[in-house]
Amino acid sequence: MTEAAPIVSLRHISMQFPGVLANDDVSLDIRQGEVFALVGENGAGKSTLMNVLYGLNTPTAGQVFVKGQEITSFSPGNAIAHGVGMVHQHFKLVPSFTVAQNIVLNDEPRRGIFYDFKRANAIVRELEAEYGLEVNPTDRVQDISVGLQQRVEILKTLHRGADVLILDEPTAVLTPQETDELFAVIRRIVKEKRMTIIIITHKLYEVMAISDRVGVMRAGRLVGICNTCDVNERILASMMVGKEVLLDALERTEQPDGTVAIEVDHLQVVDNRGLPAVRDLSLKVRHGEILGIAGIEGNGQSELIEAITAMRPIRGGRVLIAGKDIRGMTPGQVRALGLAHVPEDRLSTGVSAPADITDNLVVGKEKRRDFSLFGLHLKKKAMRDYAQRMFEAYDIRGAGVDTAVGSLSGGNMQKVVVAREFSFDTPVLIISQPSRGVDIGAMDFIHQQIIKKRNAGCAILLVSADLDELYRLSDRMVTIYEGRITGEFLPGEIEKTEISYYMTGGGKEHHA
Amino acid sequence: MDWSSVLNLSTLLNTVNTATIVILAGLGCLMTDQAGMMNIGIDGMMVAGAFAAVMGSWLCGSWVMGVVFALVVGLIFGLFYGVFVIKFKSDEFIIGVALNIFAAALTTFLLRCFPGQSGSFHPATGTIVKLPSLDFGVIGGTQVSLSVMVPIAWVLVAVCWVMIYRTPLGFWLHASGEHPESLRSVGRSPERMKYLGALLCGMFCGLSGAYLSLGYLSTFTENMSASRGYVAVACVIFGRANPPLVFLAALLFAFIDAAGTRMQGFIDPQLTATFPYIGTILMMLLLALRDQWKKRAMARS
Repeated sequence: MTEAAPIVSLRHISMQFPGVLANDDVSLDIRQGEVFALVGENGAGKSTLMNVLYGLNTPTAGQVFVKGQEITSFSPGNAIAHGVGMVHQHFKLVPSFTVAQNIVLNDEPRRGIFYDFKRANAIVRELEAEYGLEVNPTDRVQDISVGLQQRVEILKTLHRGADVLILDEPTAVLTPQETDELFAVIRRIVKEKRMTIIIITHKLYEVMAISDRVGVMRAGRLVGICNTCDVNERILASMMVGKEVLLDALERTEQPDGTVAIEVDHLQVVDNRGLPAVRDLSLKVRHGEILGIAGIEGNGQSELIEAITAMRPIRGGRVLIAGKDIRGMTPGQVRALGLAHVPEDRLSTGVSAPADITDNLVVGKEKRRDFSLFGLHLKKKAMRDYAQRMFEAYDIRGAGVDTAVGSLSGGNMQKVVVAREFSFDTPVLIISQPSRGVDIGAMDFIHQQIIKKRNAGCAILLVSADLDELYRLSDRMVTIYEGRITGEFLPGEIEKTEISYYMTGGGKEHHA
Repeated sequence: MDWSSVLNLSTLLNTVNTATIVILAGLGCLMTDQAGMMNIGIDGMMVAGAFAAVMGSWLCGSWVMGVVFALVVGLIFGLFYGVFVIKFKSDEFIIGVALNIFAAALTTFLLRCFPGQSGSFHPATGTIVKLPSLDFGVIGGTQVSLSVMVPIAWVLVAVCWVMIYRTPLGFWLHASGEHPESLRSVGRSPERMKYLGALLCGMFCGLSGAYLSLGYLSTFTENMSASRGYVAVACVIFGRANPPLVFLAALLFAFIDAAGTRMQGFIDPQLTATFPYIGTILMMLLLALRDQWKKRAMARS
């Protein structure tokens, strides 16, 4: 490829959200006619970066150039005018409208004041022929498959003259066959129409299959750009998850072989689309041990945890907590069995952002005698005193217990969640992504709390996208790939590069 | 019971006249429904329109001015609803209820302090000029005449259908309700379309009120809508916000109303007065059952 001027140029982009620095000084050039893959864990900042390019976010700092022109006003309309189109993960289509109506929306052909059905259909037919994307213009969007809906979204952006197309996790909603079809389409429009494609994903085999170059993001920073032909999935996986940080070893006491506290037996769970996410998965966690689950995001970890905590129905198999089958229980009932849960997404399920630290720390304990009279009258003073003690014990840094949790940084918000959940003093802990978006200091503190719990005899199931974290904390580790366990290891017996291999589907013959 | 005294030409006329109130209000309600807002303040908008129409007609001595007054007041109420629901994102039910109570109280208050009357309006000087009516002479022993608003309402049903299902403007209105982000992503503001829906709603409700006080009757009476605004809401839900279906639902309601009035000779009038509302409840029950059947059919396939 000749070194022409880049079609898209991002210069020192930073994007600050309340409590989160989502993009940190990112510079990136995209060349015309390439397929550029942007990979990274959830929360690494890839969607944020692309939303800047598409004008949905106005960056806190930095510049965006498209075809040599600097973008000064950030809006989707302006991005489209510069030839940048984006297909979002959640489609922006009107379900009851036809394919043609959706494609020409706000740019309708008219006859007088009326919508011209014939010409709209003809426009779609032309686009179809030009780009080789088959759709039936008169079908209603609600009646067609998700794969076809995505095709409609792509045609919608093409109809508006886009020549740079951003696809945000396009395969997340597709079946394998639909994915193949999409990739064929991408290859064709890149080759024949000199389109430029930016594809956001965390599925590494797709990166290898479709992209010319790949950029890896981690914690808001672009940590590397490679030619796809120079790397493999294992290298990419370690770039995505690995951070080399030297921390003191944690004090780990010998634990006698404990009884089984969590038993997952041939579990089957489906994701939001109704597709299998956890397939016939079995595992056991004993008291006094930490079982770490290693895997690339989106391989069933979230659904597994949601099933164990009764936030998602179980389709097959069973889950036993302290020997009791949890089928049909509510999350509250499962918690009553002696389980606490640090969820993976603290903002959506971990805290109530507008509520203050006191309320967030006390919630779940508000019916205790010390905090209320028969659950009717809250003893505000006692609640506040308790929160103050926790605030100090967990080293939460904020203006005080009366401030809204939403105003805290990610690390301190996470400490609030950890403080609340750990203080239930339950024998079973489910911990997901404990240090995501958390600074090193807070991470180390949280790790020490987790080990303390382990040493006290808790059974802990730990899911993390961070291999170093898993190596540091786990007594035992399993790898998960496409909803199945692909291997079981002791942290000392396997190299990180080797475990990446199991995380990307190698060694399927192993079972835990 | 003598059925010929219940089902006759005069019942049909009553049906058509009463239906017009609900049709016009229903057209208003379906405009907000298309834009994704449930407006239960229809009744209040109608009452306000009815009062404004009578005042306009009486003060200016012209039914045209009555209609203009009603339209303007309808627009103001529509804008009020829009600002609260779209801009301030208030709960649409609370705003709807507030509009109903506010309109009923405001019209009662204004009636007392401006013409200085209470209950209903009987001007001492001047007259309330009614909407013109179309006379068809005597057919089968019944005097047949219809207010001009009746055919106008029918035409408006067709116009609304064309607008919603055949013009880009209608598509945008609907898209702003069904999937606002789809509209935003192609560079058009869904909020503006929602305002359009709210304003159109106000106008149609104003028109409905004008017909109520200058066509159906020729005076303003406190709470004269007799909760027909709520019936209009039910008709819109029943007709899935599709103008011709809403039209049919309104006719059905009006027929039950008219036939019930005729049955007063045989059945206690207090009971017949409940017929339209029992009919509404039955309609909603039917709708719920239909959805159940659909779901079951879907599950089977």
